[in-house]
Amino acid sequence: MSSDVRFTDFKSDKQPTWCPGCGDFGTMNGMMKALAETGNDPDNTFVVAGIGCSGKIGTYMHSYALHGVHGRALPVGIGVKLANPDLEVMVAGGDGDGYSIGAGHFVHAVRRNVDMTYVVMDNRIYGLTKGQASPTSRQDFETSTTPEGPQMPPVNPLALALASGATFIAQSFSSDSQRHAQIIQEAIEHDGFGFVNTYSPCVTFNDVDTYDYFRDSIVDLDEEDHDPTDREAAKEKILEGDKEYMGVIYQDDDSVPWEKREGIEGDMSDIPDGAPEGAMDLVREFY
Amino acid sequence: MPEDLNWAIGGEAGDGIDSTGKIFAQALSRAGRHVFTSKDFASRIRGGYTAYKVRTSVDRVESVVDRLDILIALTERTIDENMDELHEGSVIIYDGERSTMEDVEVPEGMIGLSVPLQRLAEDAGGAIMANVVALGAACEVANFPIENLDESLEKRFGDKGEAIVENNKEAARLGQQHVQEEYDHDFDYDIETTDNDYVLLNGDEAIGMGAIAAGCRFYSGYPITPATDVMEYMTGRVEQYGGKVVQAEDELSAINMALGAARAGARAMTATSGPGIDLMTETFGLVATTETPLVICDVQRSGPSTGMPTKQEQGDLNMALYGGHGEVPRFVVAPTSVSECFWKTVEAFNYAEKYQTPVFLVSDLALAVTEQTFPPEEFDMDEVEIERGKVVEEDEIDSWQNEKGQFQPHFPTADGVSPRTFPGTTDGAHMTTGLEHDELGRRTEEEEVRIEQVEKRTQKVQTAKEEEDWDYREFGDPDADTLVISWGSNEGAMREALGFLEERGTDVRFISVPYIFPRPDLSEEIEAADDVIVVECNATGQFADVIEHDVLERVQRVNKYNGVRFKADELATEIENTLAGADASSQEVEAE
Repeated sequence: MSSDVRFTDFKSDKQPTWCPGCGDFGTMNGMMKALAETGNDPDNTFVVAGIGCSGKIGTYMHSYALHGVHGRALPVGIGVKLANPDLEVMVAGGDGDGYSIGAGHFVHAVRRNVDMTYVVMDNRIYGLTKGQASPTSRQDFETSTTPEGPQMPPVNPLALALASGATFIAQSFSSDSQRHAQIIQEAIEHDGFGFVNTYSPCVTFNDVDTYDYFRDSIVDLDEEDHDPTDREAAKEKILEGDKEYMGVIYQDDDSVPWEKREGIEGDMSDIPDGAPEGAMDLVREFY
Repeated sequence: MPEDLNWAIGGEAGDGIDSTGKIFAQALSRAGRHVFTSKDFASRIRGGYTAYKVRTSVDRVESVVDRLDILIALTERTIDENMDELHEGSVIIYDGERSTMEDVEVPEGMIGLSVPLQRLAEDAGGAIMANVVALGAACEVANFPIENLDESLEKRFGDKGEAIVENNKEAARLGQQHVQEEYDHDFDYDIETTDNDYVLLNGDEAIGMGAIAAGCRFYSGYPITPATDVMEYMTGRVEQYGGKVVQAEDELSAINMALGAARAGARAMTATSGPGIDLMTETFGLVATTETPLVICDVQRSGPSTGMPTKQEQGDLNMALYGGHGEVPRFVVAPTSVSECFWKTVEAFNYAEKYQTPVFLVSDLALAVTEQTFPPEEFDMDEVEIERGKVVEEDEIDSWQNEKGQFQPHFPTADGVSPRTFPGTTDGAHMTTGLEHDELGRRTEEEEVRIEQVEKRTQKVQTAKEEEDWDYREFGDPDADTLVISWGSNEGAMREALGFLEERGTDVRFISVPYIFPRPDLSEEIEAADDVIVVECNATGQFADVIEHDVLERVQRVNKYNGVRFKADELATEIENTLAGADASSQEVEAE
């Protein structure tokens, strides 16, 4: 790891094809800043993404990266991290990728508490398929496939995380670049699964959850007297449901990453040229 | 006197059938006898008929037969279930003092030994040892030195303390004594022991052992019959070598975790059965197109859907060959015996890494639950070779970078195999995507690049076809007019069937094929035979279909895969070109 890494070192030479003004630009920039700030470099960083606008992120960043299938980015990230705990693993998802098709993996990744960072670019719409309702869309949000709105309450990802035993829950707003990068940095530094739901507005298909809406309604927890280590306080904030909070909502200071508890230490890529020494013991067990 | 002995214990699930059978099988193995076991079991935890069968001989045994010499019947149904296999002189051991067994009618010509299993077990220290009393009785019937049971009782109960072990030994002896004292009978059976030391294991265990030997350090899976034993075997063992077994939340997660671990440089595997394979299918293409080495093991059972989870079938071959949307280069390797489960697993890892492809390791329930004895040298760990393929180290990375200094993970080489770097390698950072990509691993829809990458992936398979030895195992009479071909677990039964056929005057050449794709070219062998029969455990003959396909040469192909539909003028030209080629070849045929 070199100490002189700048966030631009995490930029690839590929121009993003996100719509001009897309919230994902700010989300990605904050991720790159936070990675550089925490002393990582592209060669020790692994970025995993699923499908959708968020899934494109690996292309625009420079690091080891995999762009997988819809909703399955978290398991890939867990596999990477367990096989080589020295790597900094960051998983990016969208609200559809993370809370719909990947909801099962989300719950279990939270439970597992592997030391990695999960950033969900939440724009409350399906962007890449051109504007259908997502799991975080409002109940009355009219789209091409839900002309009267989804008619069911949106998923509350923070509540889902808390209920599943999350050790780090945060929310950020891509347009507030400094705060966003700072929150991601805290997630990276957290010993365990750092979950950040990032409001990342879609300027093309979502005319409700806009930059203006978030700017007007967002409440920075730093300006409230909120103690993130207080789980009850976090629970209240998360279940209030009528406010858009920004900042670290919950953090368990005693969190020990799963892989540490399981005694996973080494890089699993290092294996001998033949069967491991003493492998005949494996056979003799069957006597 | 029969040259081999067939023994079984049957009762209800939950009666301890499995552990009792295993204790006896291990005792035989330790006494230097070969053993081949099979199980009849229902898909339920308690209740339902279940049996554990052991065939044993001084010579190696490769299959089950329809004959039972000694049966421990814990329920009356056990006798009914096995009626077809019992014969004159068969010995049935049962507890006539049990209320459910007191009216048992032993079929004519057979010898019924009523042994008070429960009462004697209580005398030895607990009713729970009733099955061990029966084992002691069986030892007496088979004239098998009862001391051989002791070590397997120690192995089974050692964790529970010396007293438990001693009580069990006593229980066995009470069973033996009862037969000695109560029955003045000279039984037909006489189990000869030898000085050989054998190991006893099943196909799932052999796959797990092969994986660890081959350097597999990451296993993620989801429990499913009959593949769970692979996971259970690896759990706690792979950790001793610095690896980890992870029970994932579902099969989709399992294969994606394994994919992640493989990309991080670990040798990784997942194992499942048909329904799990269906869920994993989504990720096959991702594994293949990102050129990630991964071993995916399918221990087949009866399908479709959840089918019959505890019954044998070889119905997933088409899935292994063709599963997944688009065109997915993959290898399909199918072990044909328990020991091949070990060796083919080792090979599967080498193919996966050398060619950076998914490798399907297709086993089946019959292999999975069959325990078989082998001399330990059969698994000679010194013979295990590990080939990791084109892994680029830091000092040579610049030769795989483009002019901008970017590493090219999908660089189209002549053999189709690209360099790869493990994350953490300096200057090797790169992305790769399941979308069609260029040599840098980045999304592209450019027609030329698409063609280049499709051909590169296809070339890998072609290279492997040419470079590796896709051989087969041959048995029987090489000059016979009848050729029998099989794959998977049928080899053992077929080998033994050759003996029966020979006795009846039918000479057969038998080829057992462990490689489904790529596979050996059998056209010459098929040409040379009058009759060709393909043996497999499925209804439609899936392997027969591919073998048949291999010997057809009628159809020519016009293919397009750049992402654009056919155009009329282009098609006309293609067809003309194809016909011109066809004319040339038909002329060649005439010239011959």
